Amino acid sequence: MRRARLATLAASFLVAVGFVLLWQAIADARLVSPVFLPGPDRAWSALVDGFQNGTLIQKWTGTLERMVYGWLLASALGICVGALIGISQAARAYLSTTIELVRPLPASAAIPVAIAFLGLSESMVLSVIAFGAVWPTLLATVHGFSTVHPRLYEVATALGMSRLAVIRKIALPHSMPDILAALRLSLTIALILSVVGEMLASRDGLGSWILLAARSFRSQDLFAGVILLGVTGFVSAMLLNLVEAWLLRWRSEGRR
Amino acid sequence: MSGRAAQRIDLRGMVLPVALVAAAELLVRSRGLRSDAIAAPSEVLLAWLRALVDGTLLSATAETLACAVAGLAIGFTLGVVLGTIFGLRGLVDELMEVTIEAIRPIPPVALIPIALLVYGFGYRLEIAIVVFATLWPAMIFTRTAIRGIAPRLFEVAKALELSPRERIFKIVIPAALPQIFVALRLSAAISLIVAVTVEVTANTIGLGHEMMMAQSSLHPDLMLALLVWTGVLGWMINAAMLLAQRLLFPSSIAERTGEAAR
Repeated sequence: MRRARLATLAASFLVAVGFVLLWQAIADARLVSPVFLPGPDRAWSALVDGFQNGTLIQKWTGTLERMVYGWLLASALGICVGALIGISQAARAYLSTTIELVRPLPASAAIPVAIAFLGLSESMVLSVIAFGAVWPTLLATVHGFSTVHPRLYEVATALGMSRLAVIRKIALPHSMPDILAALRLSLTIALILSVVGEMLASRDGLGSWILLAARSFRSQDLFAGVILLGVTGFVSAMLLNLVEAWLLRWRSEGRR
Repeated sequence: MSGRAAQRIDLRGMVLPVALVAAAELLVRSRGLRSDAIAAPSEVLLAWLRALVDGTLLSATAETLACAVAGLAIGFTLGVVLGTIFGLRGLVDELMEVTIEAIRPIPPVALIPIALLVYGFGYRLEIAIVVFATLWPAMIFTRTAIRGIAPRLFEVAKALELSPRERIFKIVIPAALPQIFVALRLSAAISLIVAVTVEVTANTIGLGHEMMMAQSSLHPDLMLALLVWTGVLGWMINAAMLLAQRLLFPSSIAERTGEAAR
């Protein structure tokens, strides 16, 4: 079983290599103008150059920092407000309509407003990321809290637990699977909005770098940046998967 | 009793939005506050009406929607076709896994500079990005839906000696349709979001661009009017898709199990 899986994975990898070779052949034969499409060889050497002279590392850390900080901000906000709504009837009554009104707004549509308030600054980018990435976590937390068995709340009342203790010991652990799935989704959103924010506000990062590369027709740098962003999306999702599996290991242990 | 309770909850929900709108109105009116970022709600409403009358609102809306719909049509169709192939042919799916998983995590906005190089500003730039963004949910939902079709349906197809084409159009697509429609609803929401994002970031057409223009020419009233309008548009699209889903697939789960049992 395991060996068969490895074999198909290897075959699948070979198919991907085949596509890269095809890309190389198309670029070499100049079927597409090299202005638009550099071969994988040129993209690779641009990637290596960028890492050797440090510019690409610097841009990449810029994007990563922005993504992670914005994501942490959104996650903290989402879990706190979600917990508040989940635990308090009054908070739910007062806040849920407002949330339903604001939630359908595309985060990118809030960018002009954020620029008007904060200018083309780092805090503008971070607040846009936080605004766009807060919703999955917030909704997952509310949903998780609402699926706690009512009897557990009754037990908590009987034990005289404070609300904070109920959140920390019962509701949050119960909501963890929902929240972790949402955190993965919101990390993707955070990466997208970091790139958008960098492009618009010309902050130092991969987003502004690839836009500049396109404007000066350096297609090999452009592709190197896009590849790096793809790698970022892939690796960050994979890391969160690992964290999720580790945090939720009690689930599979319980089943044994 | 329950009706009264529901009404009371509704009213409490309105407290915050109404208070915010009233506070903004009062603040701007009483202090004569002049700001580049905030406008009185009444001014926002007037700006919306002005844009509606002089036609800019409708033309910008038409541009945004045209890109979103065209991109959705292409991306969703491509996704359903790929998802059908991957769902029916497990081997193809396994062989393409590494390639797909290498391309899928690329943020759609990262492709804006490439599309800009190839197409320049305009509809094609925006449509290309929407296609890339809507392709994946359509593909994944279709693949999952087809994997979930009861094996007995394929046995029936074999017994009836249906051709591969008939098998797809008479068995596979109808059985997977309710879930594919869910994917369409999600992708429709994504297509509008991505279209507006491309307009805000780079493009020179549509609501997003108008919003950026209003911001840079210091017209917060028009900017906020367009923001609210974009939200209303997204909300209307989602409501229409939900309604269509309810009308087309009133009890999709019961329907599907009924079909499988037949």
